[in-house]
Amino acid sequence: MVNIYRGVDVDIGVIRDPDPGERRVAATPATVAQLVKLGYQVVVEPGAGAAASFSDEAFAEAGANIGDPLTADIVFTINPPDASRLDRLAPGTTLIGMLSPRLSPELVEDLARRPITALSMDAVPRISRAQSLDVLSSMANIAGYRAVVEAAHAFGRFFTGQVTAAGKVPPAKVLVAGAGVAGLAAIGAAGSLGAVVRATDPRPEVADQVRSLGGEYLSVEAADVEVSATGYAKEMSDDYNERAARLYAEQASEVDIIITTALIPGRPAPRLITARMVAAMKAGSVIVDMAAANGGNVEGTVAGEVIVTANGVTIIGYTDLAGRLPAQASQLYGTNLVNLMKLMTPEKDGQLVLDFDDVVQRSIAVVRDGELTWPPPAVSVSAAPVAAAPAAAPAPVKQRKPLPRLPLIGAGAGALFLLTALAPAALRGHLTVFALAIVIGYYVIGHVHHALHTPLMSVTNAISGIIVVGALLQLGHGGSLVTALSFVAILLASINVFGGFAVTRRMLAMFTRS
Amino acid sequence: MTIEAAAQAAYIVAALLFILALAGLSKHETAKAGNTFGIAGMTLALVATIGLAVAGTLRPVDLALLVTAVVIGAAIGLYRAAKVEMTGMPELIALLHSFVGLAAVLVGWNGYLHVEAHLTGEEALALDELGVLGIHSAEVFIGVFIGAVTFTGSIVAYLKLSAKIKSSPLMLPGKNFLNLGALAVFAVLTTWFVIDPQLWLLVAVTVIALALGWHLVASIGGGDMPVVVSMLNSYSGWAAAAAGFLLENDLLIVTGALVGSSGAYLSYIMCKAMNRSFISVIAGGFGIEAGPADDKEYGEHREITAEGVADLLAAASTVVITPGYGMAVAQAQYGVAELTRVLRDRGVDVRFGIHPVAGRLPGHMNVLLAEARVPYDIVLEMDEVNDDFSGTSVVLVIGANDTVNPAATEDPTSPIAGMPVLKVWEAEDVIVFKRSMASGYAGVQNPLFFRENTAMLFGDAKDRVEDILRAVTERVGAR
Repeated sequence: MVNIYRGVDVDIGVIRDPDPGERRVAATPATVAQLVKLGYQVVVEPGAGAAASFSDEAFAEAGANIGDPLTADIVFTINPPDASRLDRLAPGTTLIGMLSPRLSPELVEDLARRPITALSMDAVPRISRAQSLDVLSSMANIAGYRAVVEAAHAFGRFFTGQVTAAGKVPPAKVLVAGAGVAGLAAIGAAGSLGAVVRATDPRPEVADQVRSLGGEYLSVEAADVEVSATGYAKEMSDDYNERAARLYAEQASEVDIIITTALIPGRPAPRLITARMVAAMKAGSVIVDMAAANGGNVEGTVAGEVIVTANGVTIIGYTDLAGRLPAQASQLYGTNLVNLMKLMTPEKDGQLVLDFDDVVQRSIAVVRDGELTWPPPAVSVSAAPVAAAPAAAPAPVKQRKPLPRLPLIGAGAGALFLLTALAPAALRGHLTVFALAIVIGYYVIGHVHHALHTPLMSVTNAISGIIVVGALLQLGHGGSLVTALSFVAILLASINVFGGFAVTRRMLAMFTRS
Repeated sequence: MTIEAAAQAAYIVAALLFILALAGLSKHETAKAGNTFGIAGMTLALVATIGLAVAGTLRPVDLALLVTAVVIGAAIGLYRAAKVEMTGMPELIALLHSFVGLAAVLVGWNGYLHVEAHLTGEEALALDELGVLGIHSAEVFIGVFIGAVTFTGSIVAYLKLSAKIKSSPLMLPGKNFLNLGALAVFAVLTTWFVIDPQLWLLVAVTVIALALGWHLVASIGGGDMPVVVSMLNSYSGWAAAAAGFLLENDLLIVTGALVGSSGAYLSYIMCKAMNRSFISVIAGGFGIEAGPADDKEYGEHREITAEGVADLLAAASTVVITPGYGMAVAQAQYGVAELTRVLRDRGVDVRFGIHPVAGRLPGHMNVLLAEARVPYDIVLEMDEVNDDFSGTSVVLVIGANDTVNPAATEDPTSPIAGMPVLKVWEAEDVIVFKRSMASGYAGVQNPLFFRENTAMLFGDAKDRVEDILRAVTERVGAR
């Protein structure tokens, strides 16, 4: 643990973004009050919240001072400040904002040259515990909603279908590409406006989430369905892309609105909609390309602009969709920052503690005291099945004295050696088979899913009915007593074999996926 | 190609099919295929063996007997499999284990009657010439011993699970000494039998093993039954392997070892979940001593009505249901599944959190929920769901007690201290379905019931769930 400012009053500075296009601010009067409660003093740059309808007076009322934020110990920002502003930061300052270290290595290099600590909010790992800090999710949520509003604005018709005295109006058809947070927000927003919503995503597990928001999940039928270990989508194979392209081409001619949200962390956005697909769309259709900032999912997107194609399709390439709801976006972003400060202020005494043993804090640290700490070690999200499986190696039982393993294994190996070496030749072969089968049995079920314990047990039960083979071989050897015993044994083992398999079949038939 | 060679080849293929069966059963996607592999392997093994027997010395009358036995056995087995209630699964599995155990005893006895009973017979002389008569005798003994322990152990487990006898642990004085003594006597008798194969020695070891099996399981409390059942599963595998050594049949050895080691590993997983020592489980001496009488003051518990629960659920965004054995007893899984459907249709995120030892059989709750058609992808393991309780609006604890007891993590003097539990108390509201304020299986009072965010819903779980369902649907209907 590194306590950066022990025993000194700590200021948090909230800067005003010089870019007029950025309407958000990293703190709101509500979050300022929470920061004060954590023991910090807050300095807000004059006019920082003006574009988001938060006046300086409101900040002052919540307990903030209005002044120069760059001299503070901790600086909150939305976007990375320019070099001239970075130059003004005092040594030891902690800069917290959306620094996009994956996309701008030159910024990371610049930051590492300075004697400061830089934490990037957009690098929060996707684990359950860190959800309350995840600015990408909170911003994507807003952006997804806004994308629908922008589309509705540009679309010259109703979203909902109506039957009126003046005729029937069909509902708008909306295709959402990518059912991440933004995509789901868009599905929900479009659905509640009354549109027919369809969604695609390479991860089949999101089908339920799509349906839960009233959308229809269109699956790309391909061999390599994806289970993501990081919680984000990854690049797909050629075969998949080909099938996906067919699906998009089909849908493009049919739907009125397409909202694309496909992003892969640290890579240019995948091209989903080609110029030919755009050309196939009906006049008056609208495309909102939420990945415009990263190159766009749609051929012909211009980042930050709205263009209309020759066949009358509007392509919206705004890169500041979340910022178009500035008050809400600032509030959610500010709350994410407050949650981070709660995590990093364990004593609630206004003393910032950066704990590198905590995977969340480790992941967002780009620079620590002038020392480059990017990229962080990979984090696997808890929901991924691989991570949830029990460890295969039998670790010693917790809270008990660990057994001296090496001598134990040695003793076992020695005993096995003696047993085999002393055994007659006929037995030796059997012992080999026996030992190998034990190991196989252990590995084969090493990763058994918890829910399948009962079926597994009943199938092993049926299989251990194999003892019927033993009884069969004995039948007819020796006298009537042997025959009688064999008869009973065969009968019992048969119950096992047939009953075991039948009951397993019955149980497995019950397991269904929603 | 001789018939023997063909049979050997068939055995190898069958063994591989069994391995595929077990491998398949460890994932949902491949589970059905796994079962089919198992059936295919078994069919192949039986056909090969019958072919071998018919080509050998099998008389027509024996063949008739064989077919009769298989047909009767199959009829009984299929009938039971089709009739059994999913709540009765643990009993059935325990009973099936006992059959393997008994069959192993019978095969062992046959081995004796066939060889050692006629020391001057041609079989015995042939073995003696090879110098393996002693080995054969030892194999008979070991096979009978393991089989008999499995047999009575499974019978006791069956009786306890079906509540035909009391499930509280039997506490004989010096029980560990009794177990160890039985093992020592077994070792001595084995040596004696190898030197001088007498019938009375075999009778004696059978009786001792039967008594040992009975005692091992009788001294284990009902709450630990999931581990016991999977341990007996393992034992039944070892019994089959022992029979394989006796008959020099590699298929039996491979299959037995597969079942034995996989069952042992399964027990090991269970033990870890309960923070128990694996060694003390396979030794059967793990009925924990009952904790000191617990008269601590916990304060007042709060009661809630079914309508109140419906209101909470209607306002909830995320719900986690943690079922326990009580849900199985009350047969409440259908109501719970229906409630889940209704809530999910309304957009509530409903999931299930299953403790590894919930119920009386590993995975018991999953089977019950699957029977009631709860989709398996919302049924999560403890580790998957434990971090999410703090963000959950409502937790429904249905018939679970010890698996949600905060004392396990907070009170180091508690008898269940150190056992991983579902941290339901971190949710906003916890509703506990319970018949009365009596303590759970481990006999430990549960401080959860007295927490400020906990409310108790008393009565039969099935009736209460139906009441809630009615109240929730009325609210939906009113819209």
